[in-house]
Amino acid sequence: MSELKALTISQAREGLRKKEFTSLEITKDCLESISGSDKLNAFSTVTAEKAIEQAEESDKRILKGDAPSLCGIPLGVKDLFCTKGVKTQAASKILQNFEPEYESTVTQNLWNDGAVMLGKLNMDEFAMGSSNETSVYGPAINPWRAHNSETPLTPGGSSGGSAAAVAADLCLAAIGTDTGGSIRQPAAFTGTVGIKPTYGRVSRWGVVAFASSLDQAGPMTKSVQDASILLQTMASHDLKDSTSSDESIPNFEAALDNNIKGKKIGLPREYRMEGMSDEIDKIWSQGAEMLKDAGAIVVDINLPHTKYALPVYYVLAPAEASSNLARYDGVRYGFRAISKSGEGIQEMYSRTRFEGFGKEVQRRVMIGTYVLSAGFYDAYYRKAQRVRTLIKQDFDNVFSDGVDAILTPATPSEAFSIGEMADKNPIEMYLNDIFTVTVNLAGLPGIAIPAGLSKNGLPLGLQLIGRPWEEGNLLNTAFVLENALQFSAKPKKWW
Amino acid sequence: MSIDKDTAAKVANLARISIPDKELKNVAKELSNIIGFMEQLNEVNVDNVDPMTSVTPTMLKKRTDIVNDGNQQSEVLSNAPDTREGFFAVPKVVE
Repeated sequence: MSELKALTISQAREGLRKKEFTSLEITKDCLESISGSDKLNAFSTVTAEKAIEQAEESDKRILKGDAPSLCGIPLGVKDLFCTKGVKTQAASKILQNFEPEYESTVTQNLWNDGAVMLGKLNMDEFAMGSSNETSVYGPAINPWRAHNSETPLTPGGSSGGSAAAVAADLCLAAIGTDTGGSIRQPAAFTGTVGIKPTYGRVSRWGVVAFASSLDQAGPMTKSVQDASILLQTMASHDLKDSTSSDESIPNFEAALDNNIKGKKIGLPREYRMEGMSDEIDKIWSQGAEMLKDAGAIVVDINLPHTKYALPVYYVLAPAEASSNLARYDGVRYGFRAISKSGEGIQEMYSRTRFEGFGKEVQRRVMIGTYVLSAGFYDAYYRKAQRVRTLIKQDFDNVFSDGVDAILTPATPSEAFSIGEMADKNPIEMYLNDIFTVTVNLAGLPGIAIPAGLSKNGLPLGLQLIGRPWEEGNLLNTAFVLENALQFSAKPKKWW
Repeated sequence: MSIDKDTAAKVANLARISIPDKELKNVAKELSNIIGFMEQLNEVNVDNVDPMTSVTPTMLKKRTDIVNDGNQQSEVLSNAPDTREGFFAVPKVVE
């Protein structure tokens, strides 16, 4: 086997259990491909020694039999998860050389099941961005290129490094986080699978906070089955996160029976955007046809408050961020600006935050500060919270009418080039989240799967949105669609 | 509502970000633009609609009020840019 790194989790699990290869062999194959992938800039830190150590341990566990599904599987971890003794910077200068003294619940769950950590993955600074360009490490680059072009493209964001690493076979799978689309948009841009679970399904403890009422971690994988395996380990009820749910956690992989006969799939009329490309429209209709062919009932639905989702998000997420990021003061961890003589503590705070935060983070912290400030709180923050209630009610109504899942495009376009958005208004970038952000506002599970290639040869994704706590059904619907679509394209290696 | 240079300076101060004076005009313009985008929300009738504070309506869990962690001074201080004698050290606060 020469291409161990290209395996899916389910294939590797089978091979490991049959003793066809060892975790150490897969791990070394991944490490080798990582060391030859500098041009992708997907990894911010590589933990080779730790990976070898963990792989050897997991091989012992597998020999003893009774190893969990993830045992011996090498994974990449977004730089937003605190990993004990391993640099965790949220791709920000303000967390320069921060080495947590503790492990996030999600990553601890992974290591408990025997997964192997290859390293930390590039991302937008504090997960604020849709192109990975706000990272202090510089942008991660999409392994995909358009036909006859060498223009570097974005892998999306904020989990851009995770998506690039999975698509380029630098790891078997990765974990990301999603506040407004940060798992699903990069998955769509790289031809990979990404699921944002129901809010509360996965613990947020030890994950650097962006917008706490929206943040949720999830798997980024090469197949829907892998997403179900990885989610199983990530999900847990955690007393250290008061919003972590004690809903029972079903067996997600067992839910994949490839049968959706009689299930009702909704197509929201409001997602048919003006100026949407024919290509996106075509894959969307094709996806709907495929689900119909599989025995589902496809119906048009209305989600009337959709157009307000982005403005609501860009009030609430920055408001929460301005509060969460208040902790970066140059006192307890990370970067501190060098004081000039005569400067007191206030100047130290202000210069640390000016020098330590990138432009987009500063912009969002200031927007958040503004909408929460005296005199504007009711007009913006309170108002947005009310409209958020209406957005969730739209979904509640559709689900109470018997709809099981909602099919939409994942993104309004294919991957764009690095730098393309630089001169544009920040709102242009925010529009990338248009199909994904409603899901975070309503706390629902959503999954992006690759649906085909554009005429430029770049991946396009479809999104399925499920009922709360029904990731099993959602994954099964995605599994049916995945089987019908038969997407098997891989980026041609140029890096 | 548009944000002028003075408001931008006020917001930057509240957020403890020392934006240089020469950049404030541009920051004000950017913030105005984003705030303008949010004005769409004024179209929505929210009479009798409760603000959402949690997507899944649940009571936050309570636990007994006892100390269950602590005695980790060195871990707490290990990432600090400056410490002295077991404390965080900061520039002088009182003149």
